[in-house]
Amino acid sequence: MTEPLLSVRDLQVHFPVLPQGGLFRKARTLRAVDGVSFDLQPGETLGVVGESGCGKSTLARGILGLVPPAGGSVRLKGEELVGLSRREMRDRRRLMQMIFQDPLASLDPRMTVGQIIAEPLQTFEPRLGREARRQKVQEMMERVGLLPNQINRYPHEFSGGQCQRIGIARALIVRPEMIICDEPVSALDVSIQAQVVNLLMDLQREFGVALIFIAHDLSVVEHISHRVMVMYLGRVAELSDSDTLYQHPRHPYTRALIDAVPIPDPAIERAKREVSLRGDLPSPLDPPSGCAFRTRCPKAHPRCADEVPILRELEPGRWVACHTPD
Amino acid sequence: MDHPQRLLDVQDLRVRFETNDGEIRAVDGLSFRMRAGETLGIVGESGSGKSQTVLSMLGLLASNGRAEGRVDFRGTDLLSLTPSELNRIRGDAISIIFQDPMTSLNPYLRISKQMAEVLVLHKGMSEAEARRRAIEMLDAVKIPDAANRVDRYPHEFSGGMRQRVMIAMALLCQPALLIADEPTTALDVTVQAQIMHLMRELKADFDTSIILITHDLGVVAGLCDTVLVMYAGEMVEYGPVEEIFERPLHPYTQGLLESVPRLDRRGGTRLHSIPGNPPNLLHLPPGCPFQPRCERRLDRCAVEKPSLVEVGPDRLRACHLEVSHD
Repeated sequence: MTEPLLSVRDLQVHFPVLPQGGLFRKARTLRAVDGVSFDLQPGETLGVVGESGCGKSTLARGILGLVPPAGGSVRLKGEELVGLSRREMRDRRRLMQMIFQDPLASLDPRMTVGQIIAEPLQTFEPRLGREARRQKVQEMMERVGLLPNQINRYPHEFSGGQCQRIGIARALIVRPEMIICDEPVSALDVSIQAQVVNLLMDLQREFGVALIFIAHDLSVVEHISHRVMVMYLGRVAELSDSDTLYQHPRHPYTRALIDAVPIPDPAIERAKREVSLRGDLPSPLDPPSGCAFRTRCPKAHPRCADEVPILRELEPGRWVACHTPD
Repeated sequence: MDHPQRLLDVQDLRVRFETNDGEIRAVDGLSFRMRAGETLGIVGESGSGKSQTVLSMLGLLASNGRAEGRVDFRGTDLLSLTPSELNRIRGDAISIIFQDPMTSLNPYLRISKQMAEVLVLHKGMSEAEARRRAIEMLDAVKIPDAANRVDRYPHEFSGGMRQRVMIAMALLCQPALLIADEPTTALDVTVQAQIMHLMRELKADFDTSIILITHDLGVVAGLCDTVLVMYAGEMVEYGPVEEIFERPLHPYTQGLLESVPRLDRRGGTRLHSIPGNPPNLLHLPPGCPFQPRCERRLDRCAVEKPSLVEVGPDRLRACHLEVSHD
């Protein structure tokens, strides 16, 4: 096997939370990411799914060093990133770009599209001449499906889908090896969502860039990902190649998530009688003992309350954290 | 009356907004009817006019908007009513729930107070009676420990629980018509499945008619009896839910259905996408508003706007293409 592009081990991201009603009481710790480990291969797409509050966005920020990890290791091409200074980290970010959920809010309204897309070039290739930069920007605009003659327009003149294309162009212009996409299509209309998903898949093939695709929409994740990681309350519940995970989920939480996705077919949808998962995600400030999922798990038994299930490789490439996997 | 079962009859509804850039026709000549007990899904992309349709029916348009036409609700034209007359209907015979429950609930008032207010106003109940009824209703939407939770503030509930509170509140006066504008869009799939299950049960128990506005075709498949597809402020297709999903007749409906990645049909590497962007209502193309994005466009489509034609029992479509009978 080739050396992984990114290797995350036991990553921890914690936030101090001030208690209610007491200025001098001790702050509690919210373990937003609590021991996550995975590898990302060059050119691979890893989907990350889970309910809101499961830590998937914090994981992305922890990997990029946008929040300081409380522990664990993030290695990029063998080099440890945790503990690097801000300046050192900035240089590494050339290889690791990000695309955000809200396409318009993540673009500076006072900059032209050309300035927005060129900004990473100014940071990472400051010696590039003006004309060369302009040419690179226009090439990239064309590549992501924008008209190069719109280079002097402002973000508000573009639709949501086009703004997301601008965000993609900005991420790709420095030829990163990895892009973290945090809910990149969830704010878009269905028809536009398909355009952006197709574009990301094409660009990945063309540039060989690896993607971490974070989303709550399981159907989109299934479509785009080679492997999928399911998170629950800051931990990995299941990690496997996409086909196997969706066809034979082995963690009860993965199964419940998949069953909850409505299928656009009245016959199938109306035949559903059971609601697969009851209740809400427990508070991450006060997670259940043992397996965090046990309070909603249809298969919970006494052992689950006592012992945290560790992530085990049940079959080659198939990681599950459950005492009684399916 | 000719149709004792008829609940709602919308005739030639037009909603216009005066803006600095000119007049926008958000809804342009929409007509549809609803039977008592029916659940109608209104589908379309952002800007298609689906929300403005229902907001205009309830007199809730922004101040630069005005509505014309006729909205006959049980023999009364809603558009001709004064604000105080509308107040007697809103929250009583017609209720509405929105996407984001937090912005629809008053954050300063306990749930008990907000719910009782509705009953005291519309039903003339005493505070004590109203409180009892509020607890019953929270029970009906499966909020655990309703008798105690009724005195909490909105922020003390999770997103899914808040949406249940909104539904309970909307159903307090047993409305004849419940309007739900993207009720599950802000929720996780697991919670969405719970809310959909709840709405199915309530539909059966209370015999409420529902207008469900959503962009999620899976949700439509699970809940609706009939579907109205909107594009650029107009109806492009209408029919029973099974027909719309099995035999969509308008290229836009077909495109929408094909652009959704489906968990039950894996395999394809590319998603079908509708080319182009959602229409700009200030600059609509000549002829059929969908023609610039339509892959089966005829010469005629750019010249002549297709009118809405009955293409089968209870089946409408606005398109020049031949109806295929395969």
